Amino acid sequence: MDNVSLNVEEGEVFGFLGPNGAGKTTTIRMLACLISKTSGKATIGNYDTGKSLDEQKIRRMIGFLPENVGLYDELSAYDNLDFYGRYYGLSQQKRKEQIEYFLKLLGLWDKRDVAAGTFSKGMKQKLALGRALIHDPEVLFLDEPTANLDPEASKTIRNFILQLKSEKKTIFLNTHLLDEAEKICDRVAILKTKLVATGSPEELRSSLAGRRIQVRLQSVDDSIVKAVNKLGYQIAEKTVNSFVIMVKDPEKENPVILQEIQNAGGRLQFVTEVGSSLEDVYLKLVKES
Amino acid sequence: MNLQNSWAVAAKDFRIFRKKPTVIYASIALPVIIGIVFPLILNYSLHKAAHPVGATEAETLMDSFSIFFLVGAAIIPTAIASYSLVGEKVQKSLEPLLATPMTDGEILFGKIISGLLIPLVAIYAGSVMFMGLMDNFTHSLLGFYYYPNSYIGVILLCAPLASLLSVELNVIISSRLSDVRSAQQLGGLLLLPFIGLYLASETGIFPFTNSNLLILAGALVVINVLLFVAARATFQREEILTSWR
Repeated sequence: MDNVSLNVEEGEVFGFLGPNGAGKTTTIRMLACLISKTSGKATIGNYDTGKSLDEQKIRRMIGFLPENVGLYDELSAYDNLDFYGRYYGLSQQKRKEQIEYFLKLLGLWDKRDVAAGTFSKGMKQKLALGRALIHDPEVLFLDEPTANLDPEASKTIRNFILQLKSEKKTIFLNTHLLDEAEKICDRVAILKTKLVATGSPEELRSSLAGRRIQVRLQSVDDSIVKAVNKLGYQIAEKTVNSFVIMVKDPEKENPVILQEIQNAGGRLQFVTEVGSSLEDVYLKLVKES
Repeated sequence: MNLQNSWAVAAKDFRIFRKKPTVIYASIALPVIIGIVFPLILNYSLHKAAHPVGATEAETLMDSFSIFFLVGAAIIPTAIASYSLVGEKVQKSLEPLLATPMTDGEILFGKIISGLLIPLVAIYAGSVMFMGLMDNFTHSLLGFYYYPNSYIGVILLCAPLASLLSVELNVIISSRLSDVRSAQQLGGLLLLPFIGLYLASETGIFPFTNSNLLILAGALVVINVLLFVAARATFQREEILTSWR
C-alpha cells in the first residue's frame, strides 16, 4: 500500500472498495493494530497505531470482524460471545446482558446453546458480528461481512449494519460488493494499492462519470436531436423512440432538457436514470489506475 | 501481564477440550498406564512369576518405572498444545483473538497454561496412584513404605520442566505447520531425547541419581529459557498473521 490518506468521521459508514489484492485487508489489519505500517501515521480517536500503549486503547475501542469469522466451532453461540466478553474484561453480569441483547437482536437467542460449528454461514456471520460488538465498541472494522452469503443472509447483515449506523457507530467496511457499498455507505474510497478516489457514492458517480439518463418519446426526429445538441449534450445511444445522454446533475438539468424537447415538438413518455452506477465509476477508475 | 486474561484463554481451551474427549484421553492414558499397569506388573513379578523378584530388584524396577513419568511429562502436552495452537490456526480464530486488547504475552501464557495443566494433573494423579499401589504391593517384601522418596520427588520436580519444554517447542512448531496431526507427530519427536536419557540411565551412562536428576533439572531450566525466548519471538501478532503458514 502506498499513498493512502483518508479521514473517517465519527458515526460514518465508510466503504473501502477495491479488487482482490488491492490492500483492503492489509489496511484494516493496520488500523486494527494487528500488523504495523512501514511508514506514515494512522490515528483512531486520539490514539496512534504503532504506539504500544495507544494500541491497547485502540483495541479496546474497536470491534473487528475478519473475513474468516474464526468462531470456535465446538463452543456454543453463548460461549463464543462469553469468552470474548472475558477477553475484553467485561464483568459476568455485563457479559450476560450483552450476550442476551445481541443474540436476541441477531435472532440467535434460541440457538444460544447450539455449537457454532453447526450454524449456517449467515448465522456464523451474525454471531461473529455479535462477537465484534460484545464490548460496545465505538468503531467497527468489518472485512467483507457479506462475502459468500446468500441474498437473504446478506440483506440481514446489511440491515444490521444500517441499524448500527443509526446508533452512530463508526463503521469501516471493506467490500467489493458495490451494490452493498451504495446502499449502506455514507462515503467510499476506491483502493488499488493506492487511493484512487474518495467521496460519497453520489459524488463519485456525478463527478467522475456523470449520470446517464434515458429519454423516451413517441418518436425521435432530427429537430429533437438538434434541440438536445444545442443545449450541449451529446446523444450516446439513439433508437427510433429513445436516446441516452450524459448529464452532470439530472435534478437541475432534466427540467431544462425536457422543456427544450417539448418546445421542439417531442412527446415525452418517460425519463429514467440508467447505467452510470458506482459500479461504472469503480470499473473505470480501477481500469485507469 | 494480566493473569485473568491468560486464564480466560486457557479456560476457553479447557471448554473446547471437554468437547473433544480424545484430547483428554490422550493426556491421561499414559499416566494411568504408568500409575496402575506398572504396579500390577511388579505385583505379578513379586507373587506370581516363575522367578519372583527380590527386594533389591523391586526397588530398581520401581525407580526405572518412575522415570516414565518424566518421559510422559515431555510428550503428553504435545497432544494438547498442538490442538490448542494449530487448532486455532485451522479454525482461523487467531485473528479475532489477536484483535482483542490482550497482549501477545498474555495469550501465549494462556496457551502455556492450557498445554501444561491437564498433562501435569494427569502425571501427578498417576504418580499418586503409582506410589500408593507400589507401597501396597511391596510393603510386605521391603518391610517399609518405599514411597514417597526423594528419587520420585526429583523426577516429579523435573516433570513440569519437561512439560514446559514440550509446550514451548509446540509453539515454535505450530508456526510452521497447519494441521494438528503433523504438529503432534513432530512434537512427538521430543520423546527421543527422553528415551535416550532413560536408556543412558538404565545402562549406567547417566544414572538417574538424585544429583544427576538435579543436573538434568538445571539443564531443562536453561533449555526452557532459550525456548521461551524463541517461542516469544515466534508468537507475535504480526508474525502470526503474516508468517505463520
